[in-house]
Amino acid sequence: MQHYLLSIYQPAGDPPSPELLEPVMRKVKALVEEAKAAQVWVFNGGLHSTDSATVVRVKDGSPLTTDGPFIEGKEHIGGFMVIKVPDLDAALRWAGNLAQALTLPGYPDSLPIEVRPFRHLG
Amino acid sequence: MFREEYGRAVAVLVRRFGDIDLAEESVQDAFTVALERWPSAGLPPSPAGWIITTARHRAIDRVRREASRADRQASAAELGASGEPIEESGMPDERLRLIFTCCHPALAPAAQVALTLRLLGGLTTAEIARAFLVPEATMAQRLVRAKSKIRDARIPYRVPEPADLPARLGTALAVIYLVYNEGYLASAGTELSRDDLSAEAIRLGRLMNELMCDEPEVMGLLALMLLGESRRAARTGPAGELVPLAEQDRTLWDRALIAEGQALVRRCLARNQPGTYQIQAAIQAVHSDAPLASATDWRQILQLYDHFMAIAPGPVVAVNRAVAVAEVDGPAAALAVLDRLGLETYYLLHAIRADLLRRLGRHREAALAYSAAIARTDNAREREFLQRRRRDLE
Repeated sequence: MQHYLLSIYQPAGDPPSPELLEPVMRKVKALVEEAKAAQVWVFNGGLHSTDSATVVRVKDGSPLTTDGPFIEGKEHIGGFMVIKVPDLDAALRWAGNLAQALTLPGYPDSLPIEVRPFRHLG
Repeated sequence: MFREEYGRAVAVLVRRFGDIDLAEESVQDAFTVALERWPSAGLPPSPAGWIITTARHRAIDRVRREASRADRQASAAELGASGEPIEESGMPDERLRLIFTCCHPALAPAAQVALTLRLLGGLTTAEIARAFLVPEATMAQRLVRAKSKIRDARIPYRVPEPADLPARLGTALAVIYLVYNEGYLASAGTELSRDDLSAEAIRLGRLMNELMCDEPEVMGLLALMLLGESRRAARTGPAGELVPLAEQDRTLWDRALIAEGQALVRRCLARNQPGTYQIQAAIQAVHSDAPLASATDWRQILQLYDHFMAIAPGPVVAVNRAVAVAEVDGPAAALAVLDRLGLETYYLLHAIRADLLRRLGRHREAALAYSAAIARTDNAREREFLQRRRRDLE
């Protein structure tokens, strides 16, 4: 089995209204249940906005903490899911289902999801 | 023999060892041994089977040599089943899997094309680089990256499931058609066509048609390429200049290719699952029916373009449809159609517009349109053709 990281990219700015978001959250929850039942799910979660991010590094031998995000961009990772499946085709199918679940009611396009294989675990 | 058997052998070895580089190197070894041995020892009873058996033994040798203590056990399992001789007739054809791996949508289009030509066509990296006018190092890197992605992301080696097949087949056909078009009319450079790429695309099209029997779009693509290929001798003049369809010497057309293409068109249209390759092939089949340009059934061609616009509307199709409108309803009607489209950046729009304006006697505007078209194509032969047309106006 191969582990894949499915990163959900969302645009910077305010999240959609609760009425729009509610059906999305419901669909994602159903998808997570389905992935758990299929023994595909490893982990998933949604993140607070990048305003809440902090960057830590070692600089000249000492830890340095700065207000982050590390990269300011028009898009950032808003959440992710880790799955374990036999191959990329299976991973792409789950990513497709996740993209479907993330589509806001009345919108034809979803957020983009980046699929990346893990080199190793732990 | 090489082109056919190279791909077949690589496909079998990838299936067996799950490693593209190992498969390629072993098959190359096998061909090297064949070149040394066959001239004096004579052909083995089954050359294809011999290549695969030899390549497989080479692969096992390589695995043995390279195996570290840790994975020696895994390779031992592989070695265990290696004794039986290979009967070519009993060998499943693994090339369809290889085509779908090479044309996986997770790979960039340029990488799909390069991998397909490399693994299924046996073209060298240098040949592919020359064909696509990129430095050999760039092409080598493109191939290495694509193979690494197949391995690291675990792009599977299999024919897609029925639910995924239409989209995946579309990608594979697009790769073959891109190779064909690159051979038919080089997008840059001085040579109008690169025959070997077209020939390779047709070979891949035939292979695909053989492996996926009765897929209408596969038949349609093969027919489209064969009908285009039938005009190769008529397409360029003595000095290598481009000769447009209407002015071609139709006695130079290859009747055997036309017959084969038209038979495929009839067969796929009878399936009644229309697709864009089938319609394009049908349009070319109508042209092929006309012994003289003036005898072309433009009404039927216009109907086919209307059908095309109904199933897959697009600006490029709309521009080509305007050519048929000009023949059925006159150049003024076609000009009105074109001018509604926009599409300022598309060279063919300007070239067709120029021709329509010329036919309407609006020479000054025609010259401007030719200039606009000339500025938008990189193909030297095509530029020459348009420049000649512009000169003829004066």
